[in-house]
Amino acid sequence: MNTLIIISLLGVVAMMADALRFKKILLPIIVAGLVAGLGFAISSWNTNLSYYHDMVLFNNYSLAFSSLMIVVTLLWMIISKHYFSSSSNMAEHAALVLFVLTGAIIMTAFADLSMFFVGLEILSISLYVLAASNKSELRSNEAGMKYFLMGAFATGFLLFGIALIYGATATFNLAKIASYISVSQAAGNTPMFVYAGVLLIMVGLLFKVSAAPFHFWAPDVYEGAPTVITAFMATVVKTAAFAAFYRMFSTCFVEITGFWSNTMAIIAASTMIGGNILAVYQTSLKRMMAYSSIAHAGYMLMAIVAMNKISASSIFLYTASYSIASMGMFALMQAMTASGDESVNSLKGLSKNNKGIIVFISALVFSMAGIPPMAGFFAKYYIFLGAMQSGYQWLTLIAVLSSLIGVYYYFRVIFVSLQDNENGAGHVLNKGQWTLIVLSALISLLIGVIPSLLLTLSL
Amino acid sequence: MNSILQYIPLNYYVALAAILFAIGVMGVLFRRNAIIIFMCIELMLNAVNMLLTAFSTFHGDESGQVMVFFIMAVAAAEVAVGLAILVMIYNNIRTVDIDELNKLKG
Repeated sequence: MNTLIIISLLGVVAMMADALRFKKILLPIIVAGLVAGLGFAISSWNTNLSYYHDMVLFNNYSLAFSSLMIVVTLLWMIISKHYFSSSSNMAEHAALVLFVLTGAIIMTAFADLSMFFVGLEILSISLYVLAASNKSELRSNEAGMKYFLMGAFATGFLLFGIALIYGATATFNLAKIASYISVSQAAGNTPMFVYAGVLLIMVGLLFKVSAAPFHFWAPDVYEGAPTVITAFMATVVKTAAFAAFYRMFSTCFVEITGFWSNTMAIIAASTMIGGNILAVYQTSLKRMMAYSSIAHAGYMLMAIVAMNKISASSIFLYTASYSIASMGMFALMQAMTASGDESVNSLKGLSKNNKGIIVFISALVFSMAGIPPMAGFFAKYYIFLGAMQSGYQWLTLIAVLSSLIGVYYYFRVIFVSLQDNENGAGHVLNKGQWTLIVLSALISLLIGVIPSLLLTLSL
Repeated sequence: MNSILQYIPLNYYVALAAILFAIGVMGVLFRRNAIIIFMCIELMLNAVNMLLTAFSTFHGDESGQVMVFFIMAVAAAEVAVGLAILVMIYNNIRTVDIDELNKLKG
């Protein structure tokens, strides 16, 4: 709870920075606040406290995800310095980012559907503004508009689902809904409203995590938004969406797994195949990363489909390894955006101009593709293991095959970077981008070598 | 219990909300003017509000009506942001037709 209060207050403080003229020291204040929030999250481990009449419940699951998102935000601050300093609206941008983080923390800790809705909207509304924050660039405007329309549309479905669930159970509280469903399942008279509500909530959430039939907005938004914001969306926001998705389905709707799990399994399969195949055809690295993030969403959905006792920790390991590796890739992409060419072919000459970087880039790519000893391998391994244990052999087979397609387009990044450019040109990384790439590669390696670091947390 | 639901049964409210919601969805999918799309999204949210109030009266439980206030406040914030984005786009391309937004393809 203290984490949530600190981060939201930090957002308010950041908003004041312009008026009260302390913009120069704003970034150190934010970093200090984030570290304090992280400290509070870690210190309240194993406390399991709920607040405001059971509206939010900070158990180990939510604390782990909150800490992960704060750590990723701290990593993100390394490359976002330029984005903040280049605009005159630095204070507003910083405040919006902190509000996104506030919403994300609420989404990991809700114990009530109304709180879930409020957290989701705090996150989404701030993000709409951030996606469109490059005002004079038409592509950024377009991204903001598309994100807004799709997000609001999905919210409508989600709310209709919540209303139907409320109609059946007369409560918004997750635990009470769960006990209502288990009682009515035992008596065999679960009302139609519950099933319809689960389906509508599922549609709304699948929109938010950009799963297959509802993924079409994601590549456009990821490409159009400013690169640092895309980095934030692909990591922190995705983590929050999956944390909320799993939390809701594992507490509320676990009793009627038979009703939704087959649908979800088919959606997961088509998300993996579709995302990976479409990523192969992309020429722009940013768009390729967007499709690859869709494919990763498919793998994470597998953990929700499996819904057994290792699902929570496997989804945590996966979001951690995916967020950290893609943060490094986005540092590379930021250098590409700065030079105005985002195509994969413009990576030629990268390793010649930046001695040694190729080692770390390869480490990140290995982690994204799921090759040992990087974190991505163990993350995929535990997700597949969970699906096998729950009897989804066909889904695991599809996942393995589609991650082979992933290897092809990820490795293209390494091969192109190793080639020489005829005229000696190529992207040059600045110090911040170097730091972030090295750091995230090292963290990925650390998690890969000792995955029990994250897996043994009792989520 | 002297409730309005004695005169108009709950099923009517559910049907009306479903119809309004469907009209909203159709509008979002088929209209090309961004402002009309905003209105259709509002229609979807208001269908949900009506459904929540009807259920709240039916169950004699006030939390549904409190949720309606949450939805109204959030919808207002959402529209404020959406209109700001729309004005920004209008300043750049002088139209609010979303088919003109086609810079991002691939």
